[in-house]
Amino acid sequence: MELTTLAAGAIYLPLFTAFVLLFFGKRLESGALGDRLAGWTGWLASAAIGGSFAASIVLFFKVIAEPEHHREFVVKIFDWIRVGSFDVAFDLLVDPLSAVMLLVVTGVGTLIHVYSIGYMHGDDRYPRFFAYLNLFAASMLLLVLANNVLLLYVGWEGVGLCSYLLIGFWFEKPSASNAAKKAFIVNRIGDFAFLLGIFLLSTTVGSLTLGQINEHAGAMGAGIATIVSLLLFAGATGKSAQIPLYIWLPDAMEGPTPVSALIHAATMVTAGVYMVARLSPVFEAGDALVVVAWIGALTALWAALMAATEYDIKRVLAYSTVSQLGYMFLAHGVHAYSAGIFHLVTHAFFKALMFLCAGAVMHALAGETDMRKMGGLRKVMPITGLTFMAGWLAISGVVPFAGFFSKDAILASAWQQGRYALWAIGVATALLTAFYMSRMYFRVFEGRLKVPDGVHAHDAPWTMAAALVPLGVLAVVGGVINLPGALTLEHFLEPVVGESHVPEGLTPWLLAGAALAVAAMGILLARALYMTRSSSLRRRVLYARFGPLIDAARNKFYVDELYGRTIVLPGKRLAAFASDVVDARIVDGSITGIGRVMASFSEGFRRIQTGYVRSYALVFLLGAVAVLAVLVVRVS
Amino acid sequence: MNSVGPGYYLILSALMFTIGVLGVLVRRNAIVIFMFIELMLNAVNLAFVTFARMHGEVVGQVLVFFVLVVAAAEVVVGLAIILVMFRHRESANVDDVNLLKW
Amino acid sequence: MTWEHVIFGVVFVVALGSSLAMLFMRNAVHVALYLVAAQVALALAFLLQGAFFIAAVQIIVYAGAIMVLFLFVIMLLGVDKREALIEPLPAQRPLAIGLGALLAAEIIYVAAKGLELVTGAGANAEALDAINRDPGNVKALAHLLFSRYLLPFEVTSVLLVVAIVGVMVLARRMTIHDRIASQPEETVGEVA
Repeated sequence: MELTTLAAGAIYLPLFTAFVLLFFGKRLESGALGDRLAGWTGWLASAAIGGSFAASIVLFFKVIAEPEHHREFVVKIFDWIRVGSFDVAFDLLVDPLSAVMLLVVTGVGTLIHVYSIGYMHGDDRYPRFFAYLNLFAASMLLLVLANNVLLLYVGWEGVGLCSYLLIGFWFEKPSASNAAKKAFIVNRIGDFAFLLGIFLLSTTVGSLTLGQINEHAGAMGAGIATIVSLLLFAGATGKSAQIPLYIWLPDAMEGPTPVSALIHAATMVTAGVYMVARLSPVFEAGDALVVVAWIGALTALWAALMAATEYDIKRVLAYSTVSQLGYMFLAHGVHAYSAGIFHLVTHAFFKALMFLCAGAVMHALAGETDMRKMGGLRKVMPITGLTFMAGWLAISGVVPFAGFFSKDAILASAWQQGRYALWAIGVATALLTAFYMSRMYFRVFEGRLKVPDGVHAHDAPWTMAAALVPLGVLAVVGGVINLPGALTLEHFLEPVVGESHVPEGLTPWLLAGAALAVAAMGILLARALYMTRSSSLRRRVLYARFGPLIDAARNKFYVDELYGRTIVLPGKRLAAFASDVVDARIVDGSITGIGRVMASFSEGFRRIQTGYVRSYALVFLLGAVAVLAVLVVRVS
Repeated sequence: MNSVGPGYYLILSALMFTIGVLGVLVRRNAIVIFMFIELMLNAVNLAFVTFARMHGEVVGQVLVFFVLVVAAAEVVVGLAIILVMFRHRESANVDDVNLLKW
Repeated sequence: MTWEHVIFGVVFVVALGSSLAMLFMRNAVHVALYLVAAQVALALAFLLQGAFFIAAVQIIVYAGAIMVLFLFVIMLLGVDKREALIEPLPAQRPLAIGLGALLAAEIIYVAAKGLELVTGAGANAEALDAINRDPGNVKALAHLLFSRYLLPFEVTSVLLVVAIVGVMVLARRMTIHDRIASQPEETVGEVA
């Protein structure tokens, strides 16, 4: 099959299905056909993205078939914008990086679509959910396949829109619609910076095509390159939930769990990571990478602290996502782009998996998310428990699970470049990661069986389990794509992101050992605090020592309140001022004022009509005198 | 200077005309106002005759003739109107005819 | 100082004085009488200027007929009504006097300028006297009236007839017919 058809088809298929479902979904579901094949819209949507997955696989093999440095294909769809010298085409770029992203997005996406068939069963707006999911998939694929920054931005905005639609899917709940608004608005801030970066790129490089930009990145000059990188990275902090724009992601858990799994774990939030990797020459040309690395590291630590104190199982996972995204940016910041992408892939596997497991738990416990009300669920939900275990061990960085290799690659790169501070933060975060994830696993799945009142827990239906198992397998063996020594992924991505510096000799083994030790410490700490008989005592002691810190972390370090006070409140006051004073009084006032002035003018003027003949005669005389005056002037 | 120059007659004419205007503006009895209008017409007649003398033509006097005729017709009609007005309001005061106002 | 000057002085004083007196008389009959005086003075002025026919007509028609008509109407409508002295309209008198003075000044100024342009003021009086001597004033007037100004002449006759008819219509007392016809239509109780 032709490259064009495959690439374009991967995008068109879910896009077309999305529109079909949007316009006809309700009708099709409720008709006679709908009754017989309840939920068939879900299968249709899954088939659409499954088709994209198939296309991605074929594309991947086509890419591999070429020799190493000839793996870049530009697929031209149509001429888009042509104004004077500004020429942007609707082109797609198929190369190793986009091939990897394609596989992740469509693969995980298909599994989640199938999962949603069971999860969203019985919902009033069932077809619309799948329409939005497909629309999201199409936008994400456009983002990943775009050959120029503008088209990438279109996809960027598209996924933002779908995120808003899906977070607020149950919009009758005020908390959900507020969360959707918050997500969109915070993203907007980042998007604005991104747009400014695009403008700057357009004026300095003169073209928006990725190839052109990356080629001439060096010619930009360090200063401009730094500014552009910072602007683009600001956009990434919005989309990928880093400091300071991460605040929307925890609230986004209001959306259905499949949404959290797909969008807020595996794909949309990784758009920022992808973008930075894609435009790495620009970042390399300037001095912004140090900012990227530090923000990534600090975000990782910060979010991990908050995750360790949360009781809501979805929120733990949300903060965990923010933290792991920080790791990816840390990787990019130390020039280890392929490590960042590697972690993106493995994270997609285990985080999506854990979210889906959480969804299964909620499904079984009638929507309960508080881990204090759960316990020992592995006994009644074996599949869920087992797969979650795989995800837990992967994220904790236990060998030979996937997460160990990707996290280790990042930390090793940091150490190897002498960035010991960053390395230390990364290690501390790894400790916390192991801790909080183990805490969650132990409290939910181990120990005495505990469920909320009146709930009969059961394991996931087959449609949901069908998604859990493949992801579980991938969480276990996923590390194989980039094992130290072979480094297949890294070599694969080399033509795109450049060479990475892998430590040699004894150092990598020591580092790996340190990472393992830290993971073990975290798990054992969690076990001590939650699994043993003296656990509650120990917890109380800990709380007595670190009470304020723990409370602050549980309250998200009051960041939302801070933003509210410093940004939102002044904004609201400004808006109130604009609408009540400027608009109502000044603008409206001046318009009605003009009317009133005219009215009062004519009020006064009409008194000339006194009704008295003699007054009119006086005016005649006045006129006559005036005319004669003209004559006088002319005569003299 | 042998005879009185036309300038003097014109001054007289102008002054009489102005007095006529003043009378129209200041007096309130409709008939009296009318009489001041006649005064204005007389002043204009004087001017015409003076011009006739100035130019050595008789045409000016012909115009006076016409003015006279028209004045007569106008007086007749005007007085009839005042009569009707008086019948309506019992008053010849021009200030009482003031309904067409703001 | 010829006799012409003297007579002109008399004319001037009487005409202007009568006009001013008209302004201050509160009784309408007095005003009419002073107007007659002014008109007679003007007739004298016409004589001085060589407009003999016009002078006669002035006395006969203006002072004799029109003013008599005025007096008839005054008598009809109440002869002893005296006009009040207070001026109800604010600023009417001052404004009238001011603008009036301005008017007089302007007219005199323009006339003076106009006179400068005409060569030999009064020089053509001889031409007029010549006309008055040879065909005579009346003949000269008649000649013009019935040749060049025939149309206006006929039109003025029509005007007179129209005026008469108009006055007859305006001034008659209302008959029963008129009273019924001029009543507003009764619309209450009427259907469609």
